[in-house]
Amino acid sequence: MPAKPKVALYWCASCGGCEESVVDLAEDILFVIENVDIVYWPVAMDFKKHDVVAMKDGSISACLVNGAIRTSEQEEMAKLLRQKSKLLIAYGSCAHTGGIPSLSNQFSREQILKYVYEECPSVDNPQKARPQVRLVENGRETTIPAFRNVVRALDQVVDVDYYIPGCPPTPKLLKQALLAILSGQLPEKGTVLAPDVALCEECPRKDSKPIDLAFTEFKRPHQILIDPEKCLLAQGIICMGPATRGGCEALCTKGNMPCTGCFGPTSRVRDQGAKILASICSNIAAKDDEGIQKTLEGIPDPVGTFYRYGLAQSLLRRRVDLGAEPTTEAR
Amino acid sequence: MSEQFEPRIVAFFCTWCTYTAADLAGVSRLKYAPNIRVIRVMCSGRIDPQFILEAFAHGADGVLIGGCHPGDCHYIEGNYKCLRRAHLLKRVVQDMGIEKERFRLEWISAAEGDRVKTVVNDMVAQIKAIGPLRLPSRFKQWDAEMRELEATVNHTEEMTHASQA
Repeated sequence: MPAKPKVALYWCASCGGCEESVVDLAEDILFVIENVDIVYWPVAMDFKKHDVVAMKDGSISACLVNGAIRTSEQEEMAKLLRQKSKLLIAYGSCAHTGGIPSLSNQFSREQILKYVYEECPSVDNPQKARPQVRLVENGRETTIPAFRNVVRALDQVVDVDYYIPGCPPTPKLLKQALLAILSGQLPEKGTVLAPDVALCEECPRKDSKPIDLAFTEFKRPHQILIDPEKCLLAQGIICMGPATRGGCEALCTKGNMPCTGCFGPTSRVRDQGAKILASICSNIAAKDDEGIQKTLEGIPDPVGTFYRYGLAQSLLRRRVDLGAEPTTEAR
Repeated sequence: MSEQFEPRIVAFFCTWCTYTAADLAGVSRLKYAPNIRVIRVMCSGRIDPQFILEAFAHGADGVLIGGCHPGDCHYIEGNYKCLRRAHLLKRVVQDMGIEKERFRLEWISAAEGDRVKTVVNDMVAQIKAIGPLRLPSRFKQWDAEMRELEATVNHTEEMTHASQA
């Protein structure tokens, strides 16, 4: 029997939802185990880093990495897994476009550490102690990974072959991707393995989307009783559908909630947030400064709303007036 | 550095009004600061917010949009679309740490050549006062932290070769 292709799974700055989505394959997970050898999966199996180091370069057929890259450890593992894998696949929003963790690119490293170790209401730390990357005590050395200034998507650190989008990706997309890898029928390198159309195309509310939207106010989902049939934009709710890639089969809009954009943009769009901003703002009814301002008050946090899953991959990447502090030196 | 700083401003001008006004400024031999690079578009409504962010990301110190006065759009509604986008984009740009002076929207009709001169001179002076933006070099500075690992990763490679031997 020929050797089964080797597959590895790894997580970086993520919540664990992507790992759950692998288990969500349900009975299909048996198909996976039948057809591939999982050689590394820290969340579920007992392999260590030195096992990966000992593998031959390129010996893993496909490695699925989820999570954004924030620490030096994640950077190092991304580089190591790249070296050992024929195909490196960014799995889920965080690895694909930065995800929720990259919203912290609005704050400096110092702001984050200060809040987490000093100011957060649940923290009791009168000495204001912070973790040190290197500590020598009684002749013993302890090191922990460095906390970087910037949260990055996987392809901002290493070369990536394919992307599986979503927060988390659906089991269907994962299964399709695995079948494509096993059969070798893969599209051009760099492709996002999901349909290249806007979410509206697969949304059941599409027919009720008016040709001319005319926003007079924006409402948040908890402020109104949402009509389960009608286009959410027509109800004055910010829905990222027009600027977001389909492939999730409209899970959120079918559940009576607006799309928040986790699949990222289609291949024709570079910056998802700018694109939805363009689409939504052009359809405001008011024509005068005052009226426009008033309508826009309904969007209190445009960066958090439009770049919820993609700040790391946006054109500006990060709040531009933040510097870069040294990350490995002892304080 | 600041004494030699010459801002680079990307100017998107609508062909019917502001671009014609810039032409008129030239024909009238009006002199204004040479810091703008004009990109002619059919309508200010054609300016995707991505263009503006991309200009900043590629090193522009400022972005100026010139369109027809409200009510004068050749395509009836284009400049209103531009205006509505500009309102929210100004907030986004500021939330991302870019000073508000770096992004400006002006209505300049085909007859207002002198206004092109005043607006450009004014914007150049303002940006000279706040200094360069230079995002490409900031991006490089941010990413320098990833070089720290090069030594470790080379070490890993050596270990791999040793284990393969």
